[in-house]
Amino acid sequence: MDAYIAASPKQRKMPPLLLSDAARRRQRIAAAVGNGFLLAVTSLSTLAVFFIFYFIARDALPFFRLEGFREFFTSARWYPSAEQPEFGALAIFAGSGLVTLGAAIVAVPMGVAAAVCLSDVLPFWARQIVKPVIELLAAIPSVAYGFFALVVLAPLLQRSGGPILSAALWIVGAPLAAIAAIVVADLAAERFPNRVRRPARWLIMCALGAGAFGALAVAGKAIAGLEISSGTNALNVSIILGIMALPTVVSVSEDALQAVGRELREGSYALGATRAETIIRTVLPAAGSGILAAIILGIMRAIGETMVVWMASGNAAQIPSPWFNYLEPVRTLTATIAGDMGEADHVTGSARYHVLFAMALSLLLFSFLCNMTSEWIVRRARRKAGA
Amino acid sequence: MNKSKKMLAGLAVMAVAAATNAGEANKIVVDGSTTVGPIAKAFAEYYMDKHPDVNITVSESGSGNGAKSLINAACDVATMSRPMKNSEIKAARDAGVLPIEHIIAMDGIAVVVHPSNPLANITIEQLRDIYTGKIRNWKALGGPDQPIVVISRDTNSGTYETFETLVMNREKLGEKVEYVGSNGAVRQRVMSTPAAIGYVGLAFTDGVKALTVNGVEASAQTVANNKYPISRPLYMYTNGRPKQGTPLCDFVNLSATPEGRKIIEEKGFVPKH
Repeated sequence: MDAYIAASPKQRKMPPLLLSDAARRRQRIAAAVGNGFLLAVTSLSTLAVFFIFYFIARDALPFFRLEGFREFFTSARWYPSAEQPEFGALAIFAGSGLVTLGAAIVAVPMGVAAAVCLSDVLPFWARQIVKPVIELLAAIPSVAYGFFALVVLAPLLQRSGGPILSAALWIVGAPLAAIAAIVVADLAAERFPNRVRRPARWLIMCALGAGAFGALAVAGKAIAGLEISSGTNALNVSIILGIMALPTVVSVSEDALQAVGRELREGSYALGATRAETIIRTVLPAAGSGILAAIILGIMRAIGETMVVWMASGNAAQIPSPWFNYLEPVRTLTATIAGDMGEADHVTGSARYHVLFAMALSLLLFSFLCNMTSEWIVRRARRKAGA
Repeated sequence: MNKSKKMLAGLAVMAVAAATNAGEANKIVVDGSTTVGPIAKAFAEYYMDKHPDVNITVSESGSGNGAKSLINAACDVATMSRPMKNSEIKAARDAGVLPIEHIIAMDGIAVVVHPSNPLANITIEQLRDIYTGKIRNWKALGGPDQPIVVISRDTNSGTYETFETLVMNREKLGEKVEYVGSNGAVRQRVMSTPAAIGYVGLAFTDGVKALTVNGVEASAQTVANNKYPISRPLYMYTNGRPKQGTPLCDFVNLSATPEGRKIIEEKGFVPKH
């Protein structure tokens, strides 16, 4: 641009779109500098990844040299500050796994259902309102989530955890039971001869519904009697992490569902399928890999979260008994790294310092693996869609 | 990290120098214990009010980090809620720093429970058994039939180390113990959890019930005269003995003046006698 303006007054008789040699040289240099700058910036962020890997691995390996692999991965005794320190991280790995699983249980069904609702059920104008609101969840700082978990959710769970859980079971279970009873009754009734099909369907539906609701009532009553002694536990953190992962899951799966395209849906309708059949038999399978990628991204969001778990998980380094007891406090990798960083130094004992990097390296490798998997799934899906 | 700190310090020094035409002697950087932090901040405020040409910054990053900062020459005063460990003193000597100890006040660790808890007294042995996990239910202490929710400070804090030294007798804490990151968070958890027990600095007992330990109430008097079993001195460390008449010397010795004692009392600690 500059070059053209500088060149133009002298060269009025030249053909209009040609630059002088000097101007062209200047332009070429400017282009080279610009490209070089962009390349440098890009490689800087790529290099950052390698540097992070390198420096974490460099500080993690001395731990394994000092203490070996066995205790770290197989013992659940975590006493890094004792005079005879013990570095068994098994309980901490279990804690991370437990809250991540819990977050997935909260976020995946809710997120995928919300994505289906946004893309195939709600009218366009409603979607334009609801989707940004869900994405707003991602804008709330994690310390605010942690504060909420600690000050509101934990006392609430302690005071009336049983009834709340029981109510949640009913809210989730009742519609599912009703739908299941109707669908199963429909399918079963088809086997009866025409004459008795209607009464048979009603009979099966009522029997199944009564059974399911009876089971719900029994389970709900049992859960309502539960007493939660400590509200900062795996359940609390799982709920909060699930909500935090929700915008990722909803947003990415909704994009995947949108990408399925009109032709497939219309084809399905043209064959006489209902909307439910179209969603379940056509749209969801077609968007499956995108949804899987969304789930993996959501899980990565949950496993990497630090502030919430440090504030609200209780940080007790134990494997709950039985292992799926979400009402026990647990400790995660991220919270341990954040909480133990201050005192751990070369001065106060080097294994204690390096063990945190060993944890960081484990986390990094896991995230890396997740990321690669989701990349691979998306790429495979794209190739399939292209073919 | 260190470099940016130095740069910040440099900028601050330049700003002070530009404003008052004074040298680096008029700047004091304080870092360390979150327990001593409130005292150090009040001291700094008081002192800067009296001497507007002196600039004092106070950070709270934990006793261990305070020692680290002093060793790295990143601060002038390290506030600590425990004495320096031998390993830290050795590291300081290796770095050419001579840490000098100043006891500025006394602090008691109060054992707190929910206000609804009927228990009034606890012995050190019972407390230890609760924290090791030998006693798991309030029933064993004559309370209601409820599992005890045991809350501890994180292993990073001076409060934890003092508790470990004075109460635990180097026994390991049980696996069910929950860890939280600050005195305020312990209070918050105990306040909202009927079955909880925790330990905090004396200044943090609002809204929770402090138990008597071995029959002695946790109060200013019992801590000052060393009757209360879980009490400790609070420290400031400097690199070498500060020269008479310098702001650094005045600041560290503020705890011995009547105004300093008043500030310490206001912050819920006990002046040394």
